[in-house]
Amino acid sequence: MLTHADPSKTVESRSRVNDFSIEVATVNGSGSQTANIVLMRTIFQMGVPVTGKNLFPSNIAGLPTWFQIRASHRGYQARKQEIDFMICMNPETAKEDVAKVGPGTVLVYDEPLKLDGLRSDLVFCPVPFQRLVAASCPEPKLQKLVKNMVYVGVAAQMLDLDLDEVRIAIGKQLHGKQKAIELNQTAVQAGYDWAAAEAPRTEGLKVVRDHLTDGQIIIDGNSACALGAMFAGVTVVAWYPITPSSSVVETLIDYAKDHRKDPATGESTLAIIQMEDEIASAGVVVGAGWAGARSMTATSGPGISLMSEFIGLAYFAEIPGVFIDVTRVGPSTGLPTRTSQGDTGICARASHGDTLHICLYPGTMEECFQFSYLAFDLTERFQTPVFVVSDLDLGMQNWASRPFAYPEGPLDRGKVLDAEALAAIQDWGRYQDVDGDGIPYRTLPGTPGGRGAYFTRGSGHNGHALYSERPEDYRNLVDRLKAKFMTAKAFVPKPVVSGTGSPRGILAYGSSDPAVAEARDILREVHGKDSDYLRVRALPFTDEVIDFIRAREVVYVVEQNRDAQMAALIRDFHPELGTRLRPVLHYDSTAIPAQTIVDQINAAEK
Amino acid sequence: MPATTSPVPTNKLGLTKQDYVGSKSTLCPGCGHDAITSQIIQAAFEMNLEPHMVAKLSGIGCSSKTPAYFLAQAWGFNSVHGRAAAVCTGAALANRNLVNLLASGDGDSMSIGMGQFVHMIRRNVPVVYIIEDNGVYGLTKGQFSATADVGSTLKHGDVNELPPLDPCTLAMELGCGFVARSFSGNPKQLGVILKAALAFRGTALIDVISPCVTFNNHESSTRSYKSAKDHELPLQDLGFVPYYDQDEIDVPAGEAREVDLPDGSRLTLRAIREDFDPTDRFAASREIHEARERGELLTGILHIETGRKTLHDFMHMVATPMAALPDSVTKPGPEVLAACMAELM
Repeated sequence: MLTHADPSKTVESRSRVNDFSIEVATVNGSGSQTANIVLMRTIFQMGVPVTGKNLFPSNIAGLPTWFQIRASHRGYQARKQEIDFMICMNPETAKEDVAKVGPGTVLVYDEPLKLDGLRSDLVFCPVPFQRLVAASCPEPKLQKLVKNMVYVGVAAQMLDLDLDEVRIAIGKQLHGKQKAIELNQTAVQAGYDWAAAEAPRTEGLKVVRDHLTDGQIIIDGNSACALGAMFAGVTVVAWYPITPSSSVVETLIDYAKDHRKDPATGESTLAIIQMEDEIASAGVVVGAGWAGARSMTATSGPGISLMSEFIGLAYFAEIPGVFIDVTRVGPSTGLPTRTSQGDTGICARASHGDTLHICLYPGTMEECFQFSYLAFDLTERFQTPVFVVSDLDLGMQNWASRPFAYPEGPLDRGKVLDAEALAAIQDWGRYQDVDGDGIPYRTLPGTPGGRGAYFTRGSGHNGHALYSERPEDYRNLVDRLKAKFMTAKAFVPKPVVSGTGSPRGILAYGSSDPAVAEARDILREVHGKDSDYLRVRALPFTDEVIDFIRAREVVYVVEQNRDAQMAALIRDFHPELGTRLRPVLHYDSTAIPAQTIVDQINAAEK
Repeated sequence: MPATTSPVPTNKLGLTKQDYVGSKSTLCPGCGHDAITSQIIQAAFEMNLEPHMVAKLSGIGCSSKTPAYFLAQAWGFNSVHGRAAAVCTGAALANRNLVNLLASGDGDSMSIGMGQFVHMIRRNVPVVYIIEDNGVYGLTKGQFSATADVGSTLKHGDVNELPPLDPCTLAMELGCGFVARSFSGNPKQLGVILKAALAFRGTALIDVISPCVTFNNHESSTRSYKSAKDHELPLQDLGFVPYYDQDEIDVPAGEAREVDLPDGSRLTLRAIREDFDPTDRFAASREIHEARERGELLTGILHIETGRKTLHDFMHMVATPMAALPDSVTKPGPEVLAACMAELM
């Protein structure tokens, strides 16, 4: 049993027990995903915190793909650049894969590739995959898939994984399909037995059972968002498939089949419609929100570009709708299967003209769930589009997480007047600010009584929803919209702050969180530098964000984009704080690792 | 209500025609669109539409301004250019009980709106979709639209050389179950078509030739009042027997084809052109193309087919409007979340 009384000691020691990363290089479409997730799940089931990142191409089959599994007893979830255990299954990239790893890396590879001649400082483990596969699987058709399970067996033996846990993981992954389970287990056993007899020993690079993941789940952010929307009572979903967001709606479709059906009739209480494009999807969101549904879409940057016209309409005409943006790499088509935080700016201001949108920035799986739920309350409370700004790293990768807590309480449907309420009001104006919070009262089409109808338009209008080109009407309107946006400060999630009052501040958001957490440990333990950390979770910025910056001379703003888009937003609202902000940027299309934050902060302080 | 000597006529809901009007039109005096608005008001009155159950939708353009001019007690939505179809689809999903009235134009629907127009028909979204078709962009002061005929000219003399798009034959190709063409100068025919469209379920398309008096009513225009009057060839004498009064006499004399509409109303068509069969969309489409070649403007019911599945059938939705579902139905309980979590452990 591993004991880790003093975490700082573990970092300094060379021991890689429960602290290592595996990379598997395969060919896209070869069915390796199942094998990789079995490997990851096994470590998870053994109680060791683990994350899995799939670095995949924009392609169906044939191009190289890499899967990184990081085990960390300290719970670090960021991408780690150093690889301890490399599995080379792709002849196309084998040479590069060998070249990129550090000395001492264990290299499992297909024997005929003869990689051992390339370097002398690695631990080579040539595996006769073909022979092992042929012996364990007589059907040639299935051999390609089973081959991946052989490396699971080899790795399991070399890393001291519990074979029973591997079996459980296979069962979970193959959803109880008995024949497939047996076939895969046989292949794992073949790899395991071979490794027990032939593989080199790797002392210190292994998994020792722990209990750090007890009670946890493994989930991806898109599934978490789908669950959040379902529990928020979403009733209309309009979408157009786009990587990396498609699985938000696909997962929602699956969940809705079980949990959003009228038990008596089998009919759905949730309308999910695949539209002809993102523009039409946004149109449905707006039309449904206008007519009283809880409506949403999920898309990525190119979709937000296309939807911007409707988003501007919804902002100006004050119509609710939730937009989940799973950011990829732009501009244009960019790198569709890689991650960034390049949509921070467009989500804040999508549309021409003066616009400001409520944005939520989840940084964990629990927040993907909670914020997708909260977005519906906010969009109806504020009668304006609300963005959940996720990214590919959160959305499509596998994360260990605490189980989600049930969101208690009624849904907040906002200021909606029914016939009875209308009858009691003398002078109702759709766009009048009677409460002084910038939020008017709305009515829904179909409300009887003859007093609720109004005309919605994207052109100029006054407090009574009448067409107006009067300068003061326009100015009053956009000023009220800004006031309404600022009212949201009291409703959006406050930032998460940690630290002990260091003058060195770090500000980040979204998927950069794990890298910042790890970077702060490295800064303190290796470089003797303390830091305070604030994680922004929403726009508009709450006072805590501004106070944090104001209290420090230097705040490093960590972002995964080129143009420091979050820093620019902070500067827009608080120009006087601009000189305190120091961008720390990572934008090579991979998920941000901790070391780049450490390096950039150290460089800035030289 | 104060008593008057000659009582104002009311409909089955006890509403007067005045209850169906909107604000004053700001279109040019004599605009064809205003004549269409009058017929919409009349049809809504006669069909006993509950104003609060009507959604008036439009895109951008002169035609798209018109929902402000009818049914002041209905909710209106003047949205974005060419994309009212998607807004309508969203509204129809949120509240399946709404009666959707969509006013569009040739510029709105046949250019930027083409994709949504096509897909709306494919989904058979329940809506009366009116194209107020003048062959020209009015609000931007007189450029050609995609329905302008070859050889038609702008006011200052430019000649259109591109072939026109025909929303009606396109809709027929797509399987739209109700396709009609009318002329804003033929209020009697337009009135019957509108009532029949309101009695229909699914997408009902009405292309109404509606001259632009300011930019496209000149001598060499093919969308002028004069040109439309000279070339209009009604296909049928239309009659309408409303659902609430099967005895009411509104049927043209002579041999007539009858169509039973989903709400119980009946549409009667006494053919003027004997060889035109509005239930055979392919033959009818050919007739329309050939007539166009001859310079004829065929009006009336171009195609009708009742009984097709609508958006709501395709979606397998509950009968209650989505917007009216309570939390207890839309928000699953803690036991559901617990089960979802257990699957992920």
